[in-house]
Amino acid sequence: MFKAFLIKYAEIGVKGKNRYLFEDALVRQIRYALKRCEGEFKVHKTQGRIYVEVLSDYDYEDTITQLKTVFGIAGICPVVHMEDEGFEQLSQDILAYIEKVHPEKNMTFKVAARRARKNYPMESMEINGKLGGIILDAFPEMNVDVHHPDIVIHIEIREKIYIYSKVIPGPGGMPIGTAGSAMLLLSGGIDSPVAGYMIAKRGVSLEATYFHAPPYTSERAKEKVVDLAKLVSVYAGPIRLNIINFTDIQMYIYEQCPHEELTIIMRRYMMKIAEAVAIESNCIGLITGESIAQVASQTLQSLAVTNEVCTLPVYRPLIGFDKQEIVEISQKIDTYETSILPFEDCCTIFVAKHPVTKPSLKMIKLHEKDLEEKIETLVETALKTREVLLCKKDYR
Amino acid sequence: MEVYLDNSATTQCTKSVVEVMSKIMLEEYGNPSSLHCKGMNAEKQIKEAKRIIASNLKVKEKEILFTSGGTESDNLALIGAAHAANRRGKHIITTEVEHPAVLEALEFLKTEGFEISYLPVDRFGVVSLQTLQENLRPDTILVSVMHTNNEIGSIQPVAQMGIWLKEKRPEILFHVDAVQGYGKATIHPYKQGIDLMSVSGHKIHGPKGVGFLYCNERVRLLPIMFGGGQQKGIRPGTENVPGIAGLGKAVEEIYKTLEEDLKRMYQLREKFIDELCKIDGITVNGYPDERNAPHIISLSVAEIRSEVLLHALESEGIYISSGSACASNHTTTSSTLKAIGMQKELLDKTVRFSLSSKTTEEEMRYTIAKLYDMIPMLRKFTRR
Repeated sequence: MFKAFLIKYAEIGVKGKNRYLFEDALVRQIRYALKRCEGEFKVHKTQGRIYVEVLSDYDYEDTITQLKTVFGIAGICPVVHMEDEGFEQLSQDILAYIEKVHPEKNMTFKVAARRARKNYPMESMEINGKLGGIILDAFPEMNVDVHHPDIVIHIEIREKIYIYSKVIPGPGGMPIGTAGSAMLLLSGGIDSPVAGYMIAKRGVSLEATYFHAPPYTSERAKEKVVDLAKLVSVYAGPIRLNIINFTDIQMYIYEQCPHEELTIIMRRYMMKIAEAVAIESNCIGLITGESIAQVASQTLQSLAVTNEVCTLPVYRPLIGFDKQEIVEISQKIDTYETSILPFEDCCTIFVAKHPVTKPSLKMIKLHEKDLEEKIETLVETALKTREVLLCKKDYR
Repeated sequence: MEVYLDNSATTQCTKSVVEVMSKIMLEEYGNPSSLHCKGMNAEKQIKEAKRIIASNLKVKEKEILFTSGGTESDNLALIGAAHAANRRGKHIITTEVEHPAVLEALEFLKTEGFEISYLPVDRFGVVSLQTLQENLRPDTILVSVMHTNNEIGSIQPVAQMGIWLKEKRPEILFHVDAVQGYGKATIHPYKQGIDLMSVSGHKIHGPKGVGFLYCNERVRLLPIMFGGGQQKGIRPGTENVPGIAGLGKAVEEIYKTLEEDLKRMYQLREKFIDELCKIDGITVNGYPDERNAPHIISLSVAEIRSEVLLHALESEGIYISSGSACASNHTTTSSTLKAIGMQKELLDKTVRFSLSSKTTEEEMRYTIAKLYDMIPMLRKFTRR
């Protein structure tokens, strides 16, 4: 029955002169998401709104699902079109509409008419009043509340008449492509895909780096990361995944440095490498899934020591989250099931029984001196031999 | 060089098996239940496969039921026999080292009130007739013992048990899971007192998705699937004609040269074990000699996690299996390795090399050489 969707956006509305940039990006992202659905759609901007018009048969549920992945959408309103066949017909159509769309009648409502076609014989206020009365007569359980109604029945009079009252919440945020790109350090765990999602939600395009340590980590662990990148790409758009072979660097650190400091030193090199890749591909920030005190390498002291190697800002959207809160988001965005597949990533192999939790930058730097002989060549090789995959979710 | 030493996981189909199957899929694609000649021709293919298998086992053709593989054969044998015999008793005996297809089917039967006893094994993974005798009860209806263990290759005394049971307790049904043993040993169910026996196609160079259950004509089974009455209603569903014909072909081929193949595989196995035991900290699980299966070599390599060794060998083109998959993540731990009393720290350091009749001496030499290079190097980087 719904032949169009009105897209509501929240924050974009308050933008100033560059507002059109955000709106255009949103239109682009909606078009991109709808390519995954069966059916033909027309997406266009009119009078400060975005409309998705349906031009063919389509799958309602699937369309809503896809629209819910587009950042920047605050709400999705399914719209019914009708021909203008006089007020009598309109009131009957409205009653039929309410009957169908709102089976549960025990609620408050108001009618909000908007007369874009000024030659319509009634004024907006008049329409509101008359239709309100008709609805009250037809459904005695419904009550009018003009200040805080449960539903607002919108009636827009143009060439045709548009009716909508349902608002399906969208993911919020800003459209992808409006905020530059950043490099996500993607492991196979629960946190990093969520971190990527959170930053992408603010309109940032993602690129990702994964550290692979064969034979200590398996091909399947790598496949899992590719799968995770694809899942995040449902929201964030296609993600270029850089796969770095980290084995030699890891082994070298393992041979040369104190074992308790292995993880910290390793992470410093991961940041360095990720930053080098980031700069090469014009990313202007790094993203990690770190959360204070989750593990030894994520204490404030450890974070400070890891952070020290970077010049780009490092965004840590999960920094104040508890594990359970992160798990909940990962379940919502559908990465959880994949994240918990049991393959080791390169942060967990060789991990010391009692890694340092309060590393001192001075000591770490001193011990890193023992790496001077070979580390630069190793890092260079790792960068040069990286594998790059474009990850996007395949539909149909 | 590519060396496939994971033949206990699955084997490569032989060319002639693939040819037989593709011919049937393209030409004799009829439904064996159809009344026209296309159907009849398909039915002939099933009959021929049955004839090959029955004559190999020296049993009657009507005693062969085709299934989707080892798991279904085990499930049908255990659940089907238990359901049919549950008025006589509710006690079933098995071993601690069975495949999950047996253990999980028995777990299901537990929920229906059946009681299960598990026979322990010695350090070579072998059960004894004596422990079977000690565990028998008046209400025992079924005994299920695997022919060859899939993880370490220990061979169970099934003939000894079967013959004894037939003599002393003929009312008890004896099921043998021969998924790893069939094709590596001559098995004659009548002589060995076996009433039910599970076999899978893809472990003997046949196709995946097909297997059979030998079911002695005096055994009553209740079906676990329901449908159009095929295979006397015990295992309904349109028969997998190409799979069944491929399985028949595989059986015919593997037994043609069994004697010499076994001899060669034992030689390769012993040589491999001799060479590797020269490296410190390597232990062989199961018997090192002909008391074990010829195609399975289970090694525990101290200090190196099995997954790491597996991937390191993979990078050299050698494909093996870890003794207990994912043990390092504590999701599952192998029951066989625990049952033979393996030290805890070796549980996730055990790998399995499994040969086939096609494995060559050169492949084994290459593998030995790679292991000689790799083990000391990997040991340098173990968890400190």
